[in-house]
Amino acid sequence: MIEHNLLEPDMITEDGDFVINIGPQHPSTHGVLHLKVWLDGETVKKVEPHLGYIHRSIEKMCESLSYRQYIFSTSRMDYLSAHINNQACALAVEMGLGVEVPDRAKVIRTILAELTRLASHALWWGCMGLDLGAVTPFFYAFREREFINDIMEETCGARLTQNFIVPGGLMADIHPNFVPKTKELIKMFRANIDEYNQLLTGNVIFQQRTQNVGFLSKEAAISYGTSGPVARASGVSCDVRKHYPYDAYDRVQFKEILGTTGDSWERYVIRIDEMRESLSIIEQLIDNIPEGDIVAKTKQVIKLPKGEFYSRVETARGELGVLLVSDGGSTPYRVKFRSPNFSNLSALGHIAKGSKIGDLVAMMATLDLVIPDVDR
Amino acid sequence: MITLSEIAHNIHVKLSGAITNETLLSITEMAIVGIILLGSLVMLSFFLGYMERKVAAFMQIRLGPNRVGPKGSLQIVADTVKLLFKEGLTPNASDKFLFNTAPYIMVITTMLVIAPIAYSSGFQIWDTSIGVLYVSSVSSVSVIGILMAGWSSNNKYSLLGAMRCGAQIVSYELSIGLSLIAIVVLTGSLRMSDIVMSQADGWWIFKGHIPVLIAFVIFIIASTAEINRAPFDLAEAESELTAGFHTEYSGMKFAMFLLAEYINLFIVCAMGATLFLGGWMPLHFGADNAFNHAMDYIPGFVWFFGKTFFLIFVIMWFRWTFPRLRIDQLLNLEWKYLLPISMINILLVTIIAIFGWHF
Repeated sequence: MIEHNLLEPDMITEDGDFVINIGPQHPSTHGVLHLKVWLDGETVKKVEPHLGYIHRSIEKMCESLSYRQYIFSTSRMDYLSAHINNQACALAVEMGLGVEVPDRAKVIRTILAELTRLASHALWWGCMGLDLGAVTPFFYAFREREFINDIMEETCGARLTQNFIVPGGLMADIHPNFVPKTKELIKMFRANIDEYNQLLTGNVIFQQRTQNVGFLSKEAAISYGTSGPVARASGVSCDVRKHYPYDAYDRVQFKEILGTTGDSWERYVIRIDEMRESLSIIEQLIDNIPEGDIVAKTKQVIKLPKGEFYSRVETARGELGVLLVSDGGSTPYRVKFRSPNFSNLSALGHIAKGSKIGDLVAMMATLDLVIPDVDR
Repeated sequence: MITLSEIAHNIHVKLSGAITNETLLSITEMAIVGIILLGSLVMLSFFLGYMERKVAAFMQIRLGPNRVGPKGSLQIVADTVKLLFKEGLTPNASDKFLFNTAPYIMVITTMLVIAPIAYSSGFQIWDTSIGVLYVSSVSSVSVIGILMAGWSSNNKYSLLGAMRCGAQIVSYELSIGLSLIAIVVLTGSLRMSDIVMSQADGWWIFKGHIPVLIAFVIFIIASTAEINRAPFDLAEAESELTAGFHTEYSGMKFAMFLLAEYINLFIVCAMGATLFLGGWMPLHFGADNAFNHAMDYIPGFVWFFGKTFFLIFVIMWFRWTFPRLRIDQLLNLEWKYLLPISMINILLVTIIAIFGWHF
């Protein structure tokens, strides 16, 4: 051992564990996540996530923003489901105001939310391959993602952080190209999911890498507070769209896909199937966008009555809860976000115990973490 | 038609006219060969780098390099110039001697291995009687370079990468050796030129029935692992170990690892082409016939490079379509599947060779 290393207390612990720091700058942590990993050879003994590298105190910032403004600061939390975050915030404000959102806005919001979910899952699929050492899927995933981003750009004016939702409805009406382009996307995406399966799902090496590793039991999934595809892979029925429908989800038919074993493979398959469900939701709504207003009438300066308002939505990663505490003024008294990634990350230490270091990366990919959402 | 061996012979005759001292003559010739070899290997790795990018691009529905030079062909030159000007950083806490020696060991090993490869009829640097043995033994020295690089970097990722690499190369050497022995048994010689000549009435892959086909498949799998390319690139594993054993290397020292990787790729494919696909031998079926004569019009080096680059393309194809294996799966594959299969296979090949059942 080189002398310098002995001075560093973390290099090898007294029990002979090899400690490495994965991140905050590391190709597979998808952001500034810092994992301290105790290794025995290649086997992971313990994982400790260190957070806070991208903490921007969004919750605190929201306290000084008006109810119209605070919605948009949440686009930067889970930037891959920016639209869905906005939706959650708007729902909380609408609940407080007691306004009824016009049907047209509801349907368009839902379609956009499902498009966001598709784009997010497509990116996740690409990164999943990338984390397992297959570079090619990433480029195939971006083909669809670019198309969705183009649709978003035409209608919302932005590709990633759409900021299209205002309390009571939408900022503007949809672009004339929106409907035909979305229909084209549905057709294209369906065919391309089969291509995804050929490229990655059907690959023997991929199946061997993901099957029978990273088990998360149903009990553990509940006790760690996981949600979204991660919990559903363990058999926890937790789809907010199904159980507490918001916007237009009560008028569409879709399956909540549940897994049984809760291993990495199950978490992968569930997201692939979810893409198909999202496509079917969009397909049901796209031809039935009702005519009418796109925004309910609200006052210029929104003031919520005194009280607490909680809304929950299903983002691409799980359940996002928004708690608004109002003291009757024009800005929130306190805002609290229950972000899906934070709880999902907490399960990592549990599922990665005893696995190989290569699988740790694969498990992190199946949790589909977005770090700015963990830190906020 | 002028062949490469005639050109080499003419140069030899001209030189021996000019230089009468025999020792001086051979030293001069060695120097010429050395310089040509160095130049052509660098050009080769340039080309392979370009080829890799283009192959990757076409598999990934994109265009690849297309700005520098015609069709982006000079991109790799620009990248090399960039690497030349970069600072060759040596970490403070590293073992400086080993750290700086490791890249040279890698490159020197690969340059040594290139010697006995037969490019065309009579055009070979060193037609030694132990050609196959020489290649398989010298090429295993490169693992020392990798271990040195990983250990001396004083980086945890590098160390993990180097240890993985050591386990991997030592294991896969076995099945690579056994699949090479299959051909040696059939040919009865370790000499490269003999092996090529033994395929004058058909390549071994066609003549040797299924056992040689199995040996060929094992050779391709094991040699992909041997040169640390995806899906067996656990030594680098960029998503797990950032860059594995060469995490700390930069500038020209890093470029040397890259150079060694590409030359190694060329060597294993050239070996595969020579042993299983007939080397420079044109596609022949049976003895003297019209088809064989027609094939002879295509010069030997075209055949050799055609086959080699086909195999290189196959290995690149692996890289851009497969995910990476896990370390225990990698070792399982070798010790539980490839090695037992090759052992039984070598028995079958020996039976075929003894009874002369091959075509």
